[in-house]
Amino acid sequence: MKRPQLTPVLCAIPLAAVAICVVGAQWIVPDATKQDILLGVTPAGSPGHRFGTDQLGRDVLQLGIAGARSAVVGPIFIALGSMLLGVLLGSLAGYLGGWVDLLLTKYADLLLALPTTLIALVVAGLIDGGYWVTVLVLVVLFSPTDIRLIRGSVLAQSSRPYIESAKVLGLGKGRIMFRHILPNVMPVALATMLLNVAFALVAMSSLSFLGLGVGPGVPDWGRQLSDGRDLLGRNSAAVIVPGVLIIVIAAAINLLGDWMQERFEQRARQR
Amino acid sequence: MNRNFERGTVLRFTLVRLAATALLLVAVSFVVFALLHLTPGDPARNLLGPRVSSPEILASIRTQYRLDDPFLSQYFHWLGGVLHGDFGTSIRSDTPVTTLLADRVVLTAQLAAYAFLLTVVVAIPVGIFAASRAGSAVDRTINVGAIIGVGAPSYAVGLLLLYVFGVNLDIFPVYGSGDGFLDRMWHLSLPAITLALGIGALVFKLTRTAVLGELEQDYVSFAVSRGLSPRQVRSMVLRNAMIPVVTSLGLVFAFLFGGTILVEITFALQGIGALLASAVTFKDIPVVQAITLLTAAVIALTALAVDLFYFAADPRVRKRAAK
Repeated sequence: MKRPQLTPVLCAIPLAAVAICVVGAQWIVPDATKQDILLGVTPAGSPGHRFGTDQLGRDVLQLGIAGARSAVVGPIFIALGSMLLGVLLGSLAGYLGGWVDLLLTKYADLLLALPTTLIALVVAGLIDGGYWVTVLVLVVLFSPTDIRLIRGSVLAQSSRPYIESAKVLGLGKGRIMFRHILPNVMPVALATMLLNVAFALVAMSSLSFLGLGVGPGVPDWGRQLSDGRDLLGRNSAAVIVPGVLIIVIAAAINLLGDWMQERFEQRARQR
Repeated sequence: MNRNFERGTVLRFTLVRLAATALLLVAVSFVVFALLHLTPGDPARNLLGPRVSSPEILASIRTQYRLDDPFLSQYFHWLGGVLHGDFGTSIRSDTPVTTLLADRVVLTAQLAAYAFLLTVVVAIPVGIFAASRAGSAVDRTINVGAIIGVGAPSYAVGLLLLYVFGVNLDIFPVYGSGDGFLDRMWHLSLPAITLALGIGALVFKLTRTAVLGELEQDYVSFAVSRGLSPRQVRSMVLRNAMIPVVTSLGLVFAFLFGGTILVEITFALQGIGALLASAVTFKDIPVVQAITLLTAAVIALTALAVDLFYFAADPRVRKRAAK
């Protein structure tokens, strides 16, 4: 009776490919960063380089495969970190209420009103932080949506009969929170985390497009695009390969996250 | 009685929102000023920039920026200048920051306005159309497109558009910002489309959700069963659905203004965003401070205007505020 779902399958294919590249880049493309300055830019289809080479003679496709790591690893940590902050602060706000709630909600509202790229650019750029500092800055900037989500879900769950009965049974606040409320919030949190990975991927690669985040020489899609910008006339593949990679991966994660969110909402409505 | 009562509420709401906005801007200005001291290294050296360093010059910078004064007094001195339109001197180009900004703000404003116009003209009608055919294949296709559009980074989209329409098809110019108004608009077309794509996808989703939400309301089934023509019903639905959409448009414009960084760099346009990116790279702190503060001010004031508009347009909001 159950129809096979098209969206998750279609999204899983590029995501699995990227996962393989993240884990195995050093075996699949061991020479990705090997420069050949004498060779320089070659157009797509030149011998040995199906998608040509960039200014430094690096193979565009190999660099793209190797770039999966810096594109995906940071965003995964951003999504995890901001959800951790969200669960901590959001459940605190939702459960304690009162002035703690007011303070945390105002804090989240303030952060939410900030243009992420601009703040990340200014802060990470002035500190000269490198990859992991940028990740940290983005964790903070991404947390308000998670704080609000967890707070809202905790509030929604708190008024349900099963929590009331848990209270009547005399269970402690912490136990109710971690054993009963949070497991019920988990599905929504998972979908949100997935969507956050997509947004963080775009934010991180935008910053490296602007020359922040990854160090020079590290394979990265954003950096590859900013290098490739001047090569449009000579080897357009230097732009097309990383550009299509980012768009396809971001789209796959977004579509999957959206699909998950819809399913969980449907299930919640059926209850 | 009702009138006086309402006037009082409106006045109180306006005053509270004004005070909150002012407070927010003061807080932001404080953080923005602190950027100078948060940047690693000696502030005087950072302000010196690439110029030749000598103890005398450093000392003169210390007195000029009052770096030996307590932090708060430095802040108030700086804020006093800002309130008189003086953001100091750019370290990199040795010109007043205000002059630098004035030269570039027009381009950024034109780009943002162009993208805004595209968003309004395309995203809202498509959103209404999709909502009227909710669940159909067309609706689902547009939806998937919107999800991809929301998630796609503007610089990647911009470079691909540049390749297809600039290099391959040679329809749009690849470099420069054009002379005269029409040529300028022609040069800004691809950047504006790029900028409008992501934000337009958001406005589309919002419009679709708003219209769908109204269509499910009881008053619609009531109006239909009373025999009102589809046209009359549609006009009722649209008028109500547009309240959240129109209010969101204010914020869309503010975000477009702040979101031009990537697009300006992608298309080599010399606007405010590109200036900010290079100022960050060269640690040109006065320029960074000015742009960050002005962007925050634009966003905060737009949010204020949106709230006031919402208050004026929707009697339900007034009633809730009165309680």
